[in-house]
Amino acid sequence: MMTNPGNRVTQGQFSFLPDLTDEQISAQIKYALKNGWAVSVEYTDDPHPRNTYWEMFGNPMFDLKDPAGILLEINNCRKTFPSHYIRVTAFNSTRGVESPTMSYIVNRPKKEPGFGLVRQECDGRSIRYSVHSYATDKSEGERY
Amino acid sequence: MSDIKNSDTVADDAKVDLEAEFNASNIQEVLDKLDRELIGLKPVKTRIREIAALLLVDRLRKKFELTSDTPTLHMCFTGNPGTGKTTVAMRMGEILKRLGYVREGHLVTVTRDDLVGQYIGHTAPKTKEVIKKAMGGVLFIDEAYYLYKPENERDYGAESIEILLQIMENNRDDLVVILAGYKDKMERFFQSNPGMRSRVAHHIDFPDYSAAELLSIAKLTLAKQNYRFSEAGEKAFADYLVLRMKLPHFANARSVRNALDRARLRQANRLFADAKKKLSKIDLITLEAEDVLASRVFTEGRTDADANGA
Repeated sequence: MMTNPGNRVTQGQFSFLPDLTDEQISAQIKYALKNGWAVSVEYTDDPHPRNTYWEMFGNPMFDLKDPAGILLEINNCRKTFPSHYIRVTAFNSTRGVESPTMSYIVNRPKKEPGFGLVRQECDGRSIRYSVHSYATDKSEGERY
Repeated sequence: MSDIKNSDTVADDAKVDLEAEFNASNIQEVLDKLDRELIGLKPVKTRIREIAALLLVDRLRKKFELTSDTPTLHMCFTGNPGTGKTTVAMRMGEILKRLGYVREGHLVTVTRDDLVGQYIGHTAPKTKEVIKKAMGGVLFIDEAYYLYKPENERDYGAESIEILLQIMENNRDDLVVILAGYKDKMERFFQSNPGMRSRVAHHIDFPDYSAAELLSIAKLTLAKQNYRFSEAGEKAFADYLVLRMKLPHFANARSVRNALDRARLRQANRLFADAKKKLSKIDLITLEAEDVLASRVFTEGRTDADANGA
């Protein structure tokens, strides 16, 4: 049985939905800006679920009022890394929170090979399981 | 989104109500406020009215699906110091927002320091960051002629101008750029940057204020701070203005504001020095002739600031 038939990586918000249009992305950014969160653009070609820290595309953008500037940056990133995963993160700097409050993928490779299950035999007859991204078999930059 | 657009348009033979649209935009309210709070500045107000009319008509044309390019609204304000360039720019954001031309209508004020970097590769990100902050509103570049320094060909200002030009052309929907500066220097700036001149559609010149206008400005400023002149005080201030306008470093409304600040200082001092310790409200809000006449402009023929060596 295939658990994820489209073989799409499902991380962050909206990842079970069809890809967001630019208009929808703008609306989400607008919501983040309304709440005073700093929005940043990040990219990676290693979408392992435990790979928390993606590369930053430019600095996080503080004090913006309008989503147009961030959309500009997203499109720049898409142009530079057309087949990487790109996500938009909103950071809430309120004291005591200080963590990302929104995060969603805005660009993904055409073909996502997905993840394989790796079984490791260890002491006795016990088995350890781990997840392995097929894409990472290739070297960085050639994965997608 | 396209469905919504279609429901907004009307048939070719339909009539649209200009007045209703005008009232709906609340633009009259903003224009009235402009008339009330800004003294003089006739050419500026006329141009703002024209721009408002153009945007309104554009909106009606859209209802008939008569597409035209979004008009370029990049502006250049020239004029002497203190003629209200920044104040009008601030209003511009509000007006353009009411007319639906910009989305947020905030004003980002920058000078050369905020746009131009200090080493190779520093300028582009710096300029872009400022532009991103201004998107959806108005980017006000004060003393814009400093951006271009012809005497130093390795100056990074040119790089900043290039990025600005690109954004002014490609992101017309996202932000309005207003350049400001003294007339002769801006003229030279445009001469050496013809691309900039052609992208700035509106060149608005801010005239100097007359003495009568300055007095009205003074009274308006005082009213906002809950002060007022006594009759003699007003006369003294009118005399003061005539003298002050002849002195160097006269900065129109800004000089008036500074003069008023000093008059308030002297009024407070006078109230202290007076033997009378029970003060009425009238005492507290009235600037007397002596508060104004104590100025060095009268006694020594120079400004207080000059006398202090500042």
